[in-house]
Amino acid sequence: MPFRLPRRGLAQIAALIVILLIDRMVSPQFFDLRLQDGRLFGSLVDVFNRGAPVALLSLGMVLVIATGGIDLSVGAVMAISGAIAASLADSHAWPVAVGAALGAGVICGAWNGFLVAVLRMQPIVATLILMVAGRGVAQLITEGRIVTFSSPDLAWFGTGSVLGIPTPIVLVALMLLVTGLVVRGSALGLLIEAAGGNARASELSGVGIRPLIVAVYMWCGLCAALAGIVAASDIMGADANNAGLWLELDAILAVVIGGTSLFGGRFSLILAVCGALIIQAMNTGILLSGYPPEFNLVVKAAVVMVVLLLQSPKLSELAAGLGRRRA
Amino acid sequence: MNEASEARPLLEVRGLAKSFAALRALDRVDFTLRPGEIHALLGENGAGKSTLIKVITGVLARDAGVIRLEGREVAPRTTKEALAAGIATVYQEVNLLPNLSVAQNLYLGRQPTWCGIVREGEMKRRAAALLEGYGLHIDVSAPLGSYSVAIQHVCAIARAVDLSARVLILDEPTASLDRHEVEMLFKTMRALAARGIGIIFVTHFLDQVYQISDRITVLRNGKLIGERATASLPRIDLIHMMLGRELSETTSERAAHDRAAGKPCATFKDYGKAGYLAPFDLELRHGEVVGLAGLLGSGRTETARLVFGAERADSGTASVEDEAIRLHSPRDAVRLGFGYCPEERKSDGIIADLTVRENIVLALQAKLGIARPLSRREQDAIAERFIKLLDIRPPDPERPIGLLSGGNQQKVLLARWLAIEPRLLVLDEPTRGIDVGAHAEIIRLVRELCDRGLALLVISSELDEIVAYSDRVVVLRDRAHVGTLQDAAISVLSIVSAIAADHVAAEEGA
Repeated sequence: MPFRLPRRGLAQIAALIVILLIDRMVSPQFFDLRLQDGRLFGSLVDVFNRGAPVALLSLGMVLVIATGGIDLSVGAVMAISGAIAASLADSHAWPVAVGAALGAGVICGAWNGFLVAVLRMQPIVATLILMVAGRGVAQLITEGRIVTFSSPDLAWFGTGSVLGIPTPIVLVALMLLVTGLVVRGSALGLLIEAAGGNARASELSGVGIRPLIVAVYMWCGLCAALAGIVAASDIMGADANNAGLWLELDAILAVVIGGTSLFGGRFSLILAVCGALIIQAMNTGILLSGYPPEFNLVVKAAVVMVVLLLQSPKLSELAAGLGRRRA
Repeated sequence: MNEASEARPLLEVRGLAKSFAALRALDRVDFTLRPGEIHALLGENGAGKSTLIKVITGVLARDAGVIRLEGREVAPRTTKEALAAGIATVYQEVNLLPNLSVAQNLYLGRQPTWCGIVREGEMKRRAAALLEGYGLHIDVSAPLGSYSVAIQHVCAIARAVDLSARVLILDEPTASLDRHEVEMLFKTMRALAARGIGIIFVTHFLDQVYQISDRITVLRNGKLIGERATASLPRIDLIHMMLGRELSETTSERAAHDRAAGKPCATFKDYGKAGYLAPFDLELRHGEVVGLAGLLGSGRTETARLVFGAERADSGTASVEDEAIRLHSPRDAVRLGFGYCPEERKSDGIIADLTVRENIVLALQAKLGIARPLSRREQDAIAERFIKLLDIRPPDPERPIGLLSGGNQQKVLLARWLAIEPRLLVLDEPTRGIDVGAHAEIIRLVRELCDRGLALLVISSELDEIVAYSDRVVVLRDRAHVGTLQDAAISVLSIVSAIAADHVAAEEGA
């Protein structure tokens, strides 16, 4: 078979590189790295480190969106898992705190999956329930206060490092690897893409769609819970009101930038993470540039617009048409 | 109707042609509608009825041919232009706004105004007066959605006619109406015809055709089969026009197959679902082709879906190789080694974004389960084997299936099921929308599969096809199995008679 350039993904990777180069122009020290107390520091490391929660969310979200669904509750699930982890951190060993937080995330995902797959609710409404209620649950857990903890074990998830690399980055890499192995190493990936591409046809081909969808929402809950642990560990406390606030939208954005259609079907894990990094690279760049952070949202919207234009089939059709006319 | 004193035709269609890629949807079709005539347009799915209507109403562009309205050539490019010319269409799903009032719907986009303000009172008065003309005395300020579908239909017709329509096309208007509502609609149609409006009536209810139409035009496979006066066309001849070739052509069609009847593969006893399909007995044997014949809506696809578990039966038992089975979902069916190529290839069959390879391995992978993935090498081997075996073109396993022609998509779907090495394959209209070359190939494939011991259940509107490959034909009517024809007894004529049986009896009794 002749070698073909992979068309998919070029736009996203190009966009990430361009944005990183612009960041370099804004801040000449952008690519500088230094090792301090056995941990890497630098703006580039910051992009990856700060982008970790959204990257983790996008790993679950991309699967949900590939089935044609959406999960608006991931921000709230982050708040719940952060609250649980922070509440248990000083009284229990860290595996208990982390395990309980992750377990809560999986339960939240199972609930979403139950509503969508079994009760056949529209995903956007079904997950809206937990998006609203979840934050309330988190507040009940923290009793309305900001719960702080001092356990260095749990703090390691946000501020520690492995071989000099900050833990959140390691966790993203690990989860990307695990998700990739689970999804592409089994038949899950094909069946998810089939179910998202045409649910009726997949069902008539013998694909069991319901367990598939429940599993995908559970995985999304797990990823959100891990993101919540990272976010809580980073500030050594849980703020039920603000942890993960609006991050569901960033996660959806990351997935869309990563080329997965909101109608479902084809998906790419790596490009979803790439999308999360694009978002964070922009945020960091604007902070470094000294512009007021208000610009952040406008610039973000403009960049998203450009990436989506590059993916637009209508536009590439028009461009091809123009090229032909000129030739 | 007196043929000699016929007025000038209202709508004349001559030599109309329309192709979608290699498929000829309309092949030089003529159609004539006279003023004041109710003209039934008949044909099975895929015969070209909707394409003809879409071309006349400007939804689709034609490849060749002329359309004349009252002798003047028209070429509508949009429904709006067609409407301006005087051709209006009312679809089965009423295209009005159920949340707006009846009056607002009738005058949408042309409300009576005073200084730019809509004159609600005037609009209501006019709407009420308009509907009185149809014998409807209803509150025109109530939302349209609060009325029955029949009243909504009359409103849609009233709006269309009020927009100066001279040709009114009714596409399956009676499909969701009860007997009383149909009567009401027919009264409206007769009143309009009396005013000189020409009505094209698309339906698959033959009783209604005989009740209301003056003339019948039958299409089959995109070709005009004939135009007849309703009064002089017996029902059995009409069914023949719709389903079979001319009588003289069909005598030697049946191929001789002398297969020894195999062992029973799947057996269904008293199998049925209330309100869906009457309980039936069906035995499918290895190496045997069972054809399902009947008119549109007679229960052919319903049988297929019950057999495949896509619809859950509420009565009867099913067994495979003499063992009772659970058949609650397509998943159960696939595990048992059943396959099903559905009629609606686009919505129920292919997954357009995925590649040919992925589409081929899908059922096998679903059968194996998530934990036993086919390696990429196995997938490539399976895809390559079937692309070669079925001559799928282009022979590129990595091409998205949505880019293939209809015939090749159908072959990929066949490959999807052959890959699981099925014991029973259900094919619903396997040759629908497929060009002539691929058509013959698919029929050849059906025969080959059968010779290899597969049990086949095939649905087709093409009686010639059914006659050509079936060992046994089950005839359906009104959502029930009504008869079985075996071997030598199978012919187009015998099937048509079986389908028409009760109607003939009814006519004799009358």
